[in-house]
Amino acid sequence: MGTIDKIYFYPVWLRIWHGFNALGILILIITGISMQSSIDSPVIGFNLVVNLHNIAGIIVLISYFIFFTGNLVTENGKFYLIKRKDFFKNLIKQGKYYAWGMFHGEKTPFPVTEKRKFNPLQKYSYVIVMYLAVPVVIITGIALLFPEIIIDQTWGISGVFLTAILHSVMGFLISIFLFIHVYIASVGKSPKDNYKAILNGWHHL
Amino acid sequence: MNYRLVLLFIMFLSCVTSQTYSQSYKDTQHHTCLKCHSNQSYSFNNQVTGKVVKRLMNPYYIMDTIAIRNGVHKSFDCTDCHNTEYKVYPHKSELKLQPLSSCLDCHGGDASFAKYKFEEIEQEFKKSVHFKVYGENFNCSKCHSQHTYVATARNSNNVLDIVDYNNKMCLSCHNDMKKYKLVSGHDNPKLVVIHDWLPNQELHFRHVRCIECHTEVRDSLMVSHNIMSKEHAVKKCTECHSGNSKLKASLYKYQNLQKRSEKGTISSILTNSSYTIGTHQSPILKLLSIIIFLAVLSAIITHSLFRIFKKKQ
Repeated sequence: MGTIDKIYFYPVWLRIWHGFNALGILILIITGISMQSSIDSPVIGFNLVVNLHNIAGIIVLISYFIFFTGNLVTENGKFYLIKRKDFFKNLIKQGKYYAWGMFHGEKTPFPVTEKRKFNPLQKYSYVIVMYLAVPVVIITGIALLFPEIIIDQTWGISGVFLTAILHSVMGFLISIFLFIHVYIASVGKSPKDNYKAILNGWHHL
Repeated sequence: MNYRLVLLFIMFLSCVTSQTYSQSYKDTQHHTCLKCHSNQSYSFNNQVTGKVVKRLMNPYYIMDTIAIRNGVHKSFDCTDCHNTEYKVYPHKSELKLQPLSSCLDCHGGDASFAKYKFEEIEQEFKKSVHFKVYGENFNCSKCHSQHTYVATARNSNNVLDIVDYNNKMCLSCHNDMKKYKLVSGHDNPKLVVIHDWLPNQELHFRHVRCIECHTEVRDSLMVSHNIMSKEHAVKKCTECHSGNSKLKASLYKYQNLQKRSEKGTISSILTNSSYTIGTHQSPILKLLSIIIFLAVLSAIITHSLFRIFKKKQ
């Protein structure tokens, strides 16, 4: 899988998925905020923004299939398995490292190995985003694309309203994740190293 | 002695019930007008031939007696508005030529109806496309059937019911070739085709009233009666699908008033069945999202500053 100082963690299919997903999600966030703010300028009309959002949504849907099946058929899926043992303890340990340890010369508590691609904080946030937030945003997004399939009223609340709120709350969570994700990527062997790994597939230890 | 008391009681009861409903809308078979005007056919004794004749009733003159009994004018009898000579059949032909009272004859200038602002409604109506096309011939009853009208928008809690009732007023002509042509002089355009540009047409038609886009909003009236032609109708999505939605000043004028007084602001957010876009329609979620975003951003900036600072050391 690699030499002592580097591991080939990101195969081609994963990098393709990551690229499409990143592009789609970025367009979705920008157009999503634009729609929420009801921007309707002569340069970029509301209808164009809505269409862009719909197209980017379909891109993310397709790329999710690549991610999902890729993780089913390759070894990559096992990196996302969560163990119940020491769940919170590990989470706090890693959080403490980012907030305190790394500034005080401590070594990372969960170093990357061939068997451990993600530290606990990374793993949990990836699982929440990729196996909860993104599926929910995709399902509610499809529902809003065909609003006639949504239940009219649930407990006296409009079904479309509820779906729209769920869609944008999850969308917001994903955008917050994106900010942290892009920033934390700079905590690597060197600040630029992980960004290079996205393109060439090699993770330097 | 006892039977006199019972008789008196029955007379009293009949007085009370006749005050709630006009005396015989309940018993249409014995009502002078409705025994014919609530049926598909009617019979009369032809005095010239001496035979009993059975004829079909003009469908436009058949009254929906259940709707009458639920309408705002249920306590009036037919001849309170129509000439009493109509009680005789065959009806005299001159009766047709007599003008009927207009709505403002009763509702105008009356303090008890002041809150409905009938006079202002009339002024607005005179700017509308309806008045421009058909002039004085276009009266209130073209949309608001005086026989069956119910003030649904003011009284119903269900937005869908309000929308349905209101849109049926428009559709009674705009989806009826004969009635439409009577006023406009030409065939009615197909509504589904001319609204082809509108996404999710069916949902829009079910959840908002035609007048939301085809009427100018006027703060002093619940519904401005200045119905505008399609050239001036709302066509921009963002006029409704925005935090400052036009619907707040039109359809949800009623809803908000009721919800604020009955259930408070938070539940009015939850029970809001309008759909603008995203969380920004809920001010609490909007504020929360801004706070979370700023917190994350400042955490990232602080963390990176610490890293730069440490590296320099």
